[in-house]
Amino acid sequence: MVSRRAFLKTTGGLVLVSGGTWMSGDAHAAAPSMGPPELPDGTVAASVMEALPGKVPLIKKSWRPPNYETPISYFNDVFTPNDAFYVRYHLSNIPEVAAATWRVKVGGEAAATPLELSLDDLRRNYDSVEIAAVNQCSGNRRGMFEPHVPGVEWGLGAMGNAKWKGVRLRDILGKAGVRKDAVEIVFDGADSAVIPGTPDFVKSIPAWKALDENTLVAYEMNGAPLPHWNGFPARIVVPGWTGTYWMKHVTSINAVTKPFDGFWVKSAYRIPRGKFPLIDRFVTQETDVNTPITEMVVNSLITNITSGESVSAGRPLDIKGIAWDGGYGIARVEVSVDGGQSWRSAALGQDYGRFSFRPWSYRFTPAERGNVTVMAKATNRNGATQTFEIIANPAGYHHNVVQRVTLVVA
Amino acid sequence: MKIPLIVGALAVIATTVIAAEQKVDLKPAPGRDKVVASCGTCHSLDYIQANSTFMSRQVWDAEVTKMIKAFGAPISEADAKEITEYLVTNFGKP
Repeated sequence: MVSRRAFLKTTGGLVLVSGGTWMSGDAHAAAPSMGPPELPDGTVAASVMEALPGKVPLIKKSWRPPNYETPISYFNDVFTPNDAFYVRYHLSNIPEVAAATWRVKVGGEAAATPLELSLDDLRRNYDSVEIAAVNQCSGNRRGMFEPHVPGVEWGLGAMGNAKWKGVRLRDILGKAGVRKDAVEIVFDGADSAVIPGTPDFVKSIPAWKALDENTLVAYEMNGAPLPHWNGFPARIVVPGWTGTYWMKHVTSINAVTKPFDGFWVKSAYRIPRGKFPLIDRFVTQETDVNTPITEMVVNSLITNITSGESVSAGRPLDIKGIAWDGGYGIARVEVSVDGGQSWRSAALGQDYGRFSFRPWSYRFTPAERGNVTVMAKATNRNGATQTFEIIANPAGYHHNVVQRVTLVVA
Repeated sequence: MKIPLIVGALAVIATTVIAAEQKVDLKPAPGRDKVVASCGTCHSLDYIQANSTFMSRQVWDAEVTKMIKAFGAPISEADAKEITEYLVTNFGKP
């Protein structure tokens, strides 16, 4: 955790890195990039490196509500450090929740025996499980859409991978006597809007997904309590699905018999039907034209080289990266070093489970001087792969266009 | 044990966020005061800068309408016009 003294150093508009943890061992961090070249000019101009309390300097996308992106260099590690994990809020009233007095109410019209749980209850009265899972904002890479779409103009780092420890939601729902007529489970968190007319951030997931053994109420992240900015003291974890459902600072869990009709489910976080190769459906919320976003699309990221970087001819270069998907697991990652004309398999690294980042690497030796364009393409166990063209959608979700990184061979 | 530290940090957040937002210097032009007052109630003004310059008049108009209709911003029709005009002129698609 960043000390208060270290944090104060960052408040003059200059970012002074005191811990050294994110500078060490990574040449790119010395001159942090505000994101990929596709971002709108205004986005880059508005970005600064800034540390929230308890966080290392991240790419500030907006001050209020706080939206902060993880710089790409952190993704050289499979697990994203808690103090570098991205931050995303919709509403600006974000209370500091005290662990001792925090409670989550579990009920709803489809729960026969409503209950209230403290953090101690969660830790002591339920079996705990730990799952490695990617949390990615639905709008990660929105800033790379062409044409651009309005919103938080994220670059590549509105995501992170962590080991989430907590209680299976289905165990809690079981104790609350949730009946078979429950169609959705609705979550609310402690954050709220500034003015009364703004819809509170409330989300629902299908009952079947809530009862999945991997869906958790998590109170630990990478072996430590959740950071404030990532949902302390407990948040919902929905492995495979985008971050919008992972309610932070969760305060209520309600089993309902009719589809939830709040703004953030009914109107926001929607994708056109039939455009993406997805399997999980949220049937109770589908309309003729659109449907709530569900699982993440298969994707990859090259993490240790950046466009414009110089490399030496004749010297072996290890290209590193990560791949992930909506929870089916990564089958292969292919790399091209000739701008997409030919592809070869990368070596997959340790498998931490089907919901985790999967590391990969590919060694090649650039032979001739000039430019080399490196690309990476992941395929999951369903055979779904990344696209070469953006799949247009109004809110700028599911960007998984194959990256191109051009190196200068000298 | 941890709580006093957290409270201390919260006090710092409050002052820092305000101080930092003063750095968001929107272009001085007619309508700016209304933008600062209306938009700035719920979100920092860097949202405007970050969403430039790619939005047409139609898209800026839709955003302002969304803030009023979907997010409940108490903005009069006349002010909404002035705000949209400022955004289109200063942060719109060239």
